[in-house]
Amino acid sequence: MNQVQVLTLLVLLPPLISFAWNGVVIPWRRAGKPAAWLSILAILTSFVASLVLAKTVLASPGPYSWEWTWLPFQNFKPIIVGFYIDPLAALMLVVVTLVASMVQIYSLGYMSEEPAGSLGRYYTYHSLFSFAMLGLTASASLLQIYIFWELVGLCSYLLIGFWYQKPSAANAAVKAFWTTRLGDVGFALGIVVLWAHTGTFALPELFHKVEAGQIATSILALTMLLVFFGAMGKSAQFPLHIWLPDAMEGPTPVSALIHAATMVAAGVYLVARIFPLYSHAESVMTFIAYIGSFTAFFAATIALVQEDIKRVLAYSTISQLGYMMAALGVGSVMAGFFHLFTHAFFKALLFLAAGSVIHAMHTNDIWKMGRLAKPMKQTAIVFIIGTLALAGVPPFAGYFSKDEIIIKVVESGMVLPAIFALATVFLTAFYMFRVVFVVFFSHREPEGHPHESPAVMTGPMWFLAALSVVAGFLFKGLFEKFFGHAAEAMETAQEAATAASHVPGWLPILTLILALGGILLAYLIYQKEAISHERLRAQFRPVYVMLQKKYWMDDIAYFLYRRVLVGGLSVICGWFDRYIVDGIVNLVTWLTRKSGEILRLLQNGVVQDYLYGVIFGLILFILLGIF
Amino acid sequence: MTVTPYIGLGFVLFSIGLFGVLTRRNTVGILMAIELMLNASNIVLVAFSRMHGNLGGQLFAFFTITVTVAEVAVGLAIVIQVFRLKKTIHADEITLLKG
Repeated sequence: MNQVQVLTLLVLLPPLISFAWNGVVIPWRRAGKPAAWLSILAILTSFVASLVLAKTVLASPGPYSWEWTWLPFQNFKPIIVGFYIDPLAALMLVVVTLVASMVQIYSLGYMSEEPAGSLGRYYTYHSLFSFAMLGLTASASLLQIYIFWELVGLCSYLLIGFWYQKPSAANAAVKAFWTTRLGDVGFALGIVVLWAHTGTFALPELFHKVEAGQIATSILALTMLLVFFGAMGKSAQFPLHIWLPDAMEGPTPVSALIHAATMVAAGVYLVARIFPLYSHAESVMTFIAYIGSFTAFFAATIALVQEDIKRVLAYSTISQLGYMMAALGVGSVMAGFFHLFTHAFFKALLFLAAGSVIHAMHTNDIWKMGRLAKPMKQTAIVFIIGTLALAGVPPFAGYFSKDEIIIKVVESGMVLPAIFALATVFLTAFYMFRVVFVVFFSHREPEGHPHESPAVMTGPMWFLAALSVVAGFLFKGLFEKFFGHAAEAMETAQEAATAASHVPGWLPILTLILALGGILLAYLIYQKEAISHERLRAQFRPVYVMLQKKYWMDDIAYFLYRRVLVGGLSVICGWFDRYIVDGIVNLVTWLTRKSGEILRLLQNGVVQDYLYGVIFGLILFILLGIF
Repeated sequence: MTVTPYIGLGFVLFSIGLFGVLTRRNTVGILMAIELMLNASNIVLVAFSRMHGNLGGQLFAFFTITVTVAEVAVGLAIVIQVFRLKKTIHADEITLLKG
């Protein structure tokens, strides 16, 4: 085994071992704290290994791929499993292990009031999630990705429903599972159709085939579209985004890890992972660009009126994921993945800071908070750092990645996505600073006696805050070096068509003005109260109601579920089952019973009547013998 | 020596016996009819034995007579037991095997 292989195993195995140990040794898990420490130790080991792995891979980018046979077939090529490590996977491994370790350490403080048994359960799930997510990242075959994809979905379900005694949490877990499942049907169909046409799930082979032009464009477009449905479900793209806000019922650190930084980014990662395939399916790329940019704008508008701090962040996550998708859609892996990278840090940070606030206040409602900057100075500072990064203010991380996306989207020459992307900059700055001003600076007295969180919680927050500041300018060169070329290849094709629509030089300044404008407006409305937000609300009542109702998307989904699926389709299926399927079964039993009743008459118990039968048979045989 | 009259007698006796078995309602009567059928076969056996000059047929006839005696003994015992149980010896009233 060479160094990369050893390191990959060192990244993947510790969480698996931790999960297996915590899962099987029940007294250990029930003890709570030991399970927590084991899980944290495992993920820290993975983190260190992934750093070394990233260093190795970035020094000589590979890609490294090794595989072995899993299912041998007589008539087909065997199905393989294996690992495929290139800079994309290596960096994703770092992101996942880093955020996961920070979140697990933070959870020690956040979940301190949990009973020992459920703390152990919590960390067991966390270990499984880490393993599944790392496995997804390192997989060399689409089938293997799919398996891990479902595993992270399962962990998401388990952790959203962690407080399963709460009906809302249990419902949210089921909803999340169902909605992502809907997309996964597309994913499964996509890889199966692709397999039927190419005979392989292996990524290197598929890349090779598509480069050689051995996959028909129509098949490629169809399968990539189907696979993208899976990504839409996982990455909460419109219209499958409805599960993510509800997923906030889970513990806040879970929201930070799974529903902000890593798992929801899996859809983006998947598209980036098989980008060589996507880049040959241009119609699907356009679709992705439109869906992504629309989702970004759409979710940002809903975030404007949310009153639950976690839900604001949830819609913000959807919006940012939309940005990433849009970037991939216009052909820039670099911009999309760079934003995934920076977003993981500052969004995890924002969630952890929000968790810290919730931990102190025991409520999610921003209107019940106020002037928290005073009692919770550290939380306030890191939250503002995260917000600045998210809003795209230089020199914070988000500025670099988001700017890159907007440039690429404008460059692509698609008008509508460009408008959406620019409008979202303004909205993002506005709704995030709305939360900042209301929660940390407004004049209202907070309820209760909030206090700063313990060091075990602030430590990880500071670490992520530091990354949110520096990740942008520190790593931009790195991302350009490794992922720029994929974008170039795509652009040369597009540029020929659009005759090099160059980005105007004032674009970065425009985005900056939009961001600052959003901040200023939020300041005027929520801090100075120069413009009364109640008056605004009354004036734009229809718009407000529409946003408050989230464009009735939840109601539509509920209607589709309740009336069309349960009330319509299942009634028809139920009727068919009850009357056609059961009818056939009942008919068979009826026939048997009736024929039995008739034949019973023959057996009347009178010996002499039987004898008639015997003699009749005998005569018959004799006659048969004669003729 | 012609064998035909003996076979004819056997045929007639067998038919009478069969008719008795099928139509008699009295169980004892049925037993008697069975005797007739057996004796019909005895006659045929003996007749063929004479025709072929082979004593095997006659030997069989004696066997049949012996077995018949045992059969009648068992049959009558059954009839007596059935009469004790059902207070009747009419075959069409003894329908314990009715489905």
